[in-house]
Amino acid sequence: MNTTAQLLHDYKKNILENWMQNQLADAALRDDLISNDEMRRQSEELLEGLARAVSNGNVDNVYAPEFEQVTDILTDISITRARQGFSPRETGMYVLSLKQALYQVLEEKYKSQPEVLYKELLVINNLLDKLSMVTFDTYIKGREEVILRQNDEINEISTPVIRVWEGILALPIIGTLDSARTQIVMENLLQEIVNTGSSIAILDISGVPAVDSLVAQHLIKTVSATRLMGAECIISGIRAEIAQTIVHLGIDLSNIKTKATLASALQLAFSMRKVEVRKIASNNGFNQPR
Amino acid sequence: MERIPILKMGPFLLVTIQVDLYDRLALNLENDLISMVSKTGARGVLIDISVVSIVDSFMGRILGNIASMSRIMDAETVVVGMQPAVAITLVELGLTLQGVHTALDVEKGMELLHDKIGLGLNSEQEEEGSDDSDE
Repeated sequence: MNTTAQLLHDYKKNILENWMQNQLADAALRDDLISNDEMRRQSEELLEGLARAVSNGNVDNVYAPEFEQVTDILTDISITRARQGFSPRETGMYVLSLKQALYQVLEEKYKSQPEVLYKELLVINNLLDKLSMVTFDTYIKGREEVILRQNDEINEISTPVIRVWEGILALPIIGTLDSARTQIVMENLLQEIVNTGSSIAILDISGVPAVDSLVAQHLIKTVSATRLMGAECIISGIRAEIAQTIVHLGIDLSNIKTKATLASALQLAFSMRKVEVRKIASNNGFNQPR
Repeated sequence: MERIPILKMGPFLLVTIQVDLYDRLALNLENDLISMVSKTGARGVLIDISVVSIVDSFMGRILGNIASMSRIMDAETVVVGMQPAVAITLVELGLTLQGVHTALDVEKGMELLHDKIGLGLNSEQEEEGSDDSDE
C-alpha cells in the first residue's frame, strides 16, 4: 500500500471532517438544494471509493477500471447537481474542497518531512485535478441533457393544432421556424387533418418574430404538403413588417391565401365552408344591438 | 402481368391503388388510364392513394403526367387520401404536383370533380353536405 492510500485509509475520519467543514464554510453553500446529511453521505461514499481505488498504487489514471466506482459516484453527483440547478462553480468546488481537506491532513502528518510532503502534495493535486475534470465533463453533459429535453418539450408544446370549427383547424406558431420545427409542425398538422377530416387549416404566424427567406420557404413547404393532402391552407397573422420583408426578399406568396389576422382568416374559412356566423338581434335590454 | 383496375363511374374514372407502385406498374397505369379516358370520354379521373405508403420522384412525376395528359383530353384529375408521410416526402423532394387537384377522401374528391366539370351539386345536396371544397 502506497503512502497516499495509507493516508486516505488512516485519516479517513479527519479528512471527512475537514472536508465537511470546508464545504459548510463555503459561502456559496446551497443548503436549500441539498441537506447536510445527504452531503455527508455522498462525501463519505466518495472518500471510501477513492481509498479503495488508490490502494493498488494507481494514483494517475482515473479512467482505469479500479476508479470506476469513484467516477460513477462523481458522475452521479454532478448529473444530479446539474439537474437540481447547481452552478458549475458550486459543483466544481465540491471536489476542489476535498483537496483542501487532504492538504490539511498531509501538512500535519508530514510536517517534519518536507520532501515526502511535497511528493504527496503533487500526487494528490494531480489526482484531484483529474477528478474535478471528470466532474466538469459530466456536469456539462448533464446540463446538455436538460437543455435537449427542454428543447423537445418546447417543440412538443409549442405547436398545438386547435380545432376551431367543424372542418377548420388552426395552428398558432410561436417562435422561429427552423427545419426541425417545421417538420414537427407539418407532421402534427397533417396528422390532425387526417384525424379530423378537416379541409381548411389556418397557420397563424403572429407569434413568429421575423420571417426570412428560410422561414418563408418552410411555410410554403407546409402549405404545399397540406395541399397535397387535399386541404386548403390559409396563412394569417402577417404583420406590416413581415409583409415588408417578404416583398423585399422577393418571396412569392401569391398562390397562398394570406390574411392579416386570425379573425379574418376564420371569416374566409367560414365563407369557404359556406358557414355563416351572425349576430342575433335581441331586445331583452342586456344585449342591445348597436 | 399485374394491373391496376380502372373503374368507370358515370362520367368519371376511379382508380384505387392498393399496392406500392413500382415503376413498370406505374407506367402501365399511365398508359391504361389515358387510353381509358380517350375510349370512354371521361370527364374526370379520381386516383385514391390512401394505402400507398411509399412514393418516390418517379411516382410523383407519373401523377403529374396523368394530370397533364388528362387535362389535354378535357378531364380533370383528383388525387385523394394522400398520407401525411407521403405528402411530406413529396414536398421534401420538391414535387408539389402542380395541376393536380387533391382532396381528403374519395367522397370529397367526387364532390370536387362534380364542381370542376360544372355539374355542380343540386341545391338540397349542397346544404346537407357541408364538406365541399371551395374550388
